[in-house]
Amino acid sequence: MNQMTNAIDTCFAALRKQGKAALIPFVSAGDPDVKTSLKVCEVLIENGADLIEIGFPYSDPIADGPVIQASYTRALANKLKSTQIWDLAKAIGSLAVYEKRPVPLVAMASYSLILRQGVENFLNHAKEAGFSGFIVPDLPWDESKDLGKAIESRGLKLIQLVTPTTPLERAVNIAKASGGFLYCVSISGITGERKDLPPALIERLKALKCQSTTPLCVGFGISQPDQAGMLKGHCDGIIVGSALVRQFVRFTNEPAEKVLADIGSFCSSMRNALDN
Amino acid sequence: MTIAAKCPLSAVPDALGRFGPFGGKYVPETLIEALKELEKAYKSAMADPVFLFEVDKWLHDFVGRPSRLFFAERLTRHAGGAKIYLKREDLNHTGAHKINNCIGQALLAKRMGKKRIIAETGAGQHGVATATACAVFDLPCVVYMGEEDIRRQKLNVFKMRAMGATVEPVTSGSRTLRDAVNEAMRDWMASVGDTHYILGSVVGPHPFPQMVRDFQAVIGRETRSQCLTQLGKLPEAVVACVGGGSNAAGMFFPFVDDPSVELIGVEAGGRGFGEGDHSLTLGYGKPGILHGTYSFVLQDEDGQTADVHSVSAGLDYPGVGPEHSYWKVNNRVRYTSVNDIEALEGFQLCSRLEGILPALETSHALVEAMRIAAKMKPSEVVVICFSGRGDKDCYEIARLLGHD
Repeated sequence: MNQMTNAIDTCFAALRKQGKAALIPFVSAGDPDVKTSLKVCEVLIENGADLIEIGFPYSDPIADGPVIQASYTRALANKLKSTQIWDLAKAIGSLAVYEKRPVPLVAMASYSLILRQGVENFLNHAKEAGFSGFIVPDLPWDESKDLGKAIESRGLKLIQLVTPTTPLERAVNIAKASGGFLYCVSISGITGERKDLPPALIERLKALKCQSTTPLCVGFGISQPDQAGMLKGHCDGIIVGSALVRQFVRFTNEPAEKVLADIGSFCSSMRNALDN
Repeated sequence: MTIAAKCPLSAVPDALGRFGPFGGKYVPETLIEALKELEKAYKSAMADPVFLFEVDKWLHDFVGRPSRLFFAERLTRHAGGAKIYLKREDLNHTGAHKINNCIGQALLAKRMGKKRIIAETGAGQHGVATATACAVFDLPCVVYMGEEDIRRQKLNVFKMRAMGATVEPVTSGSRTLRDAVNEAMRDWMASVGDTHYILGSVVGPHPFPQMVRDFQAVIGRETRSQCLTQLGKLPEAVVACVGGGSNAAGMFFPFVDDPSVELIGVEAGGRGFGEGDHSLTLGYGKPGILHGTYSFVLQDEDGQTADVHSVSAGLDYPGVGPEHSYWKVNNRVRYTSVNDIEALEGFQLCSRLEGILPALETSHALVEAMRIAAKMKPSEVVVICFSGRGDKDCYEIARLLGHD
């Protein structure tokens, strides 16, 4: 195999060596516009993000909660197209802060978008734009063989999801098949912020850790540094979505600098909770 | 004779829920186990004579089946060709075919030990049918309905509430049926343990398209045997309207292996052929994914779901059942369109000539049936799946015709 090393693999290998967990913020692209999304990503990298998940707005996002759907609706109201997201990813790659400390970009996109734009076409654009991996929330493992092959053949990763309703045996198989890392959904249901983390989650993480080497990242419902602290030691990373995305609506009626500063301090408080 | 070597068209879906390339399960991992459980429970129920007997009993005693096959003599004379028969699903309890599926799924939910029912509704017909089944089977029921549709369909909202259902307004996206489906799926993802989702059409992830078709297939089975007893033969043509496609799937399925019967699906042509002006999913769409299934869908180039329009609230859906896509690509069903104005004319014609007020959805099928009947011989027969009654549309029709 003379395949290029994937940036996500490199990232987790480095973090494991340092005994650190990854902080993975989720940014819905184009809310309120692509320029602002770029600034948000810059602030996130400055404040300790290890990877960034870029959400592709979709008109019928059944896997996402109300906060992210509202964000997608705002982005699509401005006629956001995938081509603008490719440009956004390229712009992130040219940021001075990125050149100092590159963070892998992961695309979260509905299979509806990928299929309509054409698998080959979508993946070629994504690779060229600098994406290293994909999360396709409405493409369950059983249906993902073909897309997985197309992604792997480009040296990219298809990140799979497991949820609390996934039986352990299936979860282990999905973990082994997952590229880059495994996205562990912390609660049944949709993305959104929750006050407590379910105890069953910790048990599940322990069980998965014994049976696969794939890095485990927890998402859905992580909104506070306390929760990040609780998860530390149990997983290889956390994904923060709704808690961040709910800030984006403030761009419409507050000074951008203020919102960006709040996003920055939120991100660094999560970073501190994970590291200390 | 190439036909003999082929697998019958009715032998779908396969074990993966595929109708040829269409169908499948494109849903978040959270729902996979629930869908597998549903699939298993559904298979075992359909193999259980006691369950099937119970479904039949409720359809007979409560819904009022079998529905009549009625010879529409004056419509026949007006068209001046083939004999036109109406399969009177409008005479079912709650006034449409939707109840057939709700009785079946509610009984299945009880059998599975589910304690709560959710559903989506557009114009409210499926919501009312679900609320009805939940009232009589004593199941708590939440119906998701777009805020825009709640405003337009006050009577159905009242009916659902009167029968004890909670109507949950949906304020996301376009605030119509599409968003109601999204919201119901979300609820289900958080409540799969004790909740069954009664999906109202032959859409969504496997096993819904198969299950809803099977519960609606009573329409086609009855029609087939009524034709054989009343007419001594099968009809030459069968016509049904197609939104998501449940009445059409239920009507067509028992006929798909009868090559002598022409099957015609009618989509809503709306007010024109521009994007957002019609609901011609099979006519103008392309294969893609919406609400968990791979089927024809109206999308823009990026894959965002397109806006749709029809005068009939039950037909303005940007997707369609995967089995319809399968029938389309296999040329088994011919899909055509009738526009808003023609449908309104059909409503008036049928009301005046037959003393039957058709739903606007049904009016689309009626118009196409009149068209083809005119070109056929008097010895030939066209059956219309008369999917629902028009009472729900009266205010809207009065407004459109300027009779306020």
